[in-house]
Amino acid sequence: MLEIRIHGRGGQGAVSTGQIMAIAAFHDKKESQSFPIFGVERSGAPVQAFVRISDKKINLRSQVYHPKIVLVLEPSLIEVVDVTQGLLKDGLVIINSDKPAKDFKLNCKVETIDATSIAMKVFGRPIVNTLMIGAFAKITNLLSKESLKKAMDEKFLYSKGKKISDLNKKAIEEIMGQK
Amino acid sequence: MRKIIEASTAAAIGVKLSRPQVIPMYPITPQTHIVERLAEFINDGELDADMIHVESEHSAISAAIGSQATGVRTFTATASQGLALMHEILHIVSGMRLPVVMEVANRALSAPISIWNDHQDSISARDTGWIQLYVESAQEALDTVIQAFKIAEDKNVLLPAMVCLDGFTLTHVFEPVDVPSQVNVDKFLPKYKPAFCLDTKKPITMGPIAYPNSFMEFKGAEHLAMKNALKVIKETNTQFKNQFGRGYGDGLIETYRLKDAKYAVVCMGTIVGTSRVVVDKLRKQGKKVGLIKLKSFRPFPIEEILKVTKGLKAIAVADRNISLGQEGALFSEIRSALYGKSKTIVSGFIAGLGGRDVKEETIEKMFDKINNGGTIWLK
Repeated sequence: MLEIRIHGRGGQGAVSTGQIMAIAAFHDKKESQSFPIFGVERSGAPVQAFVRISDKKINLRSQVYHPKIVLVLEPSLIEVVDVTQGLLKDGLVIINSDKPAKDFKLNCKVETIDATSIAMKVFGRPIVNTLMIGAFAKITNLLSKESLKKAMDEKFLYSKGKKISDLNKKAIEEIMGQK
Repeated sequence: MRKIIEASTAAAIGVKLSRPQVIPMYPITPQTHIVERLAEFINDGELDADMIHVESEHSAISAAIGSQATGVRTFTATASQGLALMHEILHIVSGMRLPVVMEVANRALSAPISIWNDHQDSISARDTGWIQLYVESAQEALDTVIQAFKIAEDKNVLLPAMVCLDGFTLTHVFEPVDVPSQVNVDKFLPKYKPAFCLDTKKPITMGPIAYPNSFMEFKGAEHLAMKNALKVIKETNTQFKNQFGRGYGDGLIETYRLKDAKYAVVCMGTIVGTSRVVVDKLRKQGKKVGLIKLKSFRPFPIEEILKVTKGLKAIAVADRNISLGQEGALFSEIRSALYGKSKTIVSGFIAGLGGRDVKEETIEKMFDKINNGGTIWLK
């Protein structure tokens, strides 16, 4: 079973990030589960969400303590939260940053992606969560592009409309297409 | 059809498929997503029901009495302080023998304020005459609400029912769920035919004064109805299993890897899922352990508990609630069920209050201290 932890700030969509990843994994014919740690939400406060992906039915209901992969939606969180806490030995941290990975001295494998810049290009706003999911899929090969696009429709078509759903699919294309 | 949805959505779909006609509601965290989804279903024309926006939970459950009394299938949902505010009316729903169904998104009670999960809210409503069914997954939440209407409305029961699902720990989890078709649910749960209702053509009085010469008879009848529910819950689970291909133990309890077990943990709600994982882990180490999931807390399945604990050396009872100064409610019930009839050691564990995460290690500690015989707080 693969366990993933997502760090974001309130309003950045960390919770949606987890949900979309779980939805996409489901469409890839896996068992999946996603849930947030709920606080009394405030914009900008550190937020965490979790994803589990498995070939077998997932019964575990505790929080994720030993993630294999950590997504960091906002690099300033690294100063506030220990994003590597409990990370497995061969774990990976994917950070939204315009800096190279070697600039982050985290004692583990790090990848960076400048999701904010791409988001400005696609959405005209710094909405990074879809791009971070795309980066995750591209780096790990754990979620297919087709399932992610399906997940965007499921997440956004009803609640936000076709325009937003299409933009998010475009964001997935943008990041998974580019090398 | 298999989908991946939030457990609150699954719970709301279960309600929609049961076709209630009136939903009086007042939002409270972490129950809100359930009634939000129902409002969407009504708005989108998927559910033909009237939603009554009231000013408090006391009014929500009072409106539910009014609507159910006129012979209409009625649903509401609440949590925590909301359930506490309903408390005096909860007795009236059951006393008037109105089969209202309510989802409780279990949450701690203040003070101090906590929006997170434990079972203190519904356990504090134990003696209100409501059936209480606890679920462990989104699938079970969906399936159980459909069953709850059938159980509550059975002519040998006619009591209201709560479907209790862990706030956040379950309500806010996205996971795969098999959504049954409306046609199949209609077959399982036909159109509501009230056993009695307010009708100007055939006037009756509900809930009048009962003098000392009749009050005990009313309560005796309710008590019997709750006992009857034991059988009805089992039958309903069997029917559900036959029609939908999945069931939950015998409807009252479910056992997991208990066959040759010497030790077992007993629990309700989402702790069950994590306990399954721990049982598998300990079994791999060669330990003879199993699990007893208690689904029906009211009515309490005394005979079934006696049967499945036979021969066990010790059991660990996990309580996500506390009767302060005493012990957990499930522990009291289990010990009382076994008293004088069993040599099994019963140990109680208080865990997961106010959203404290129940980890695999928490359950492992229970197995470690299973011979204790008292009550231990697992922080």
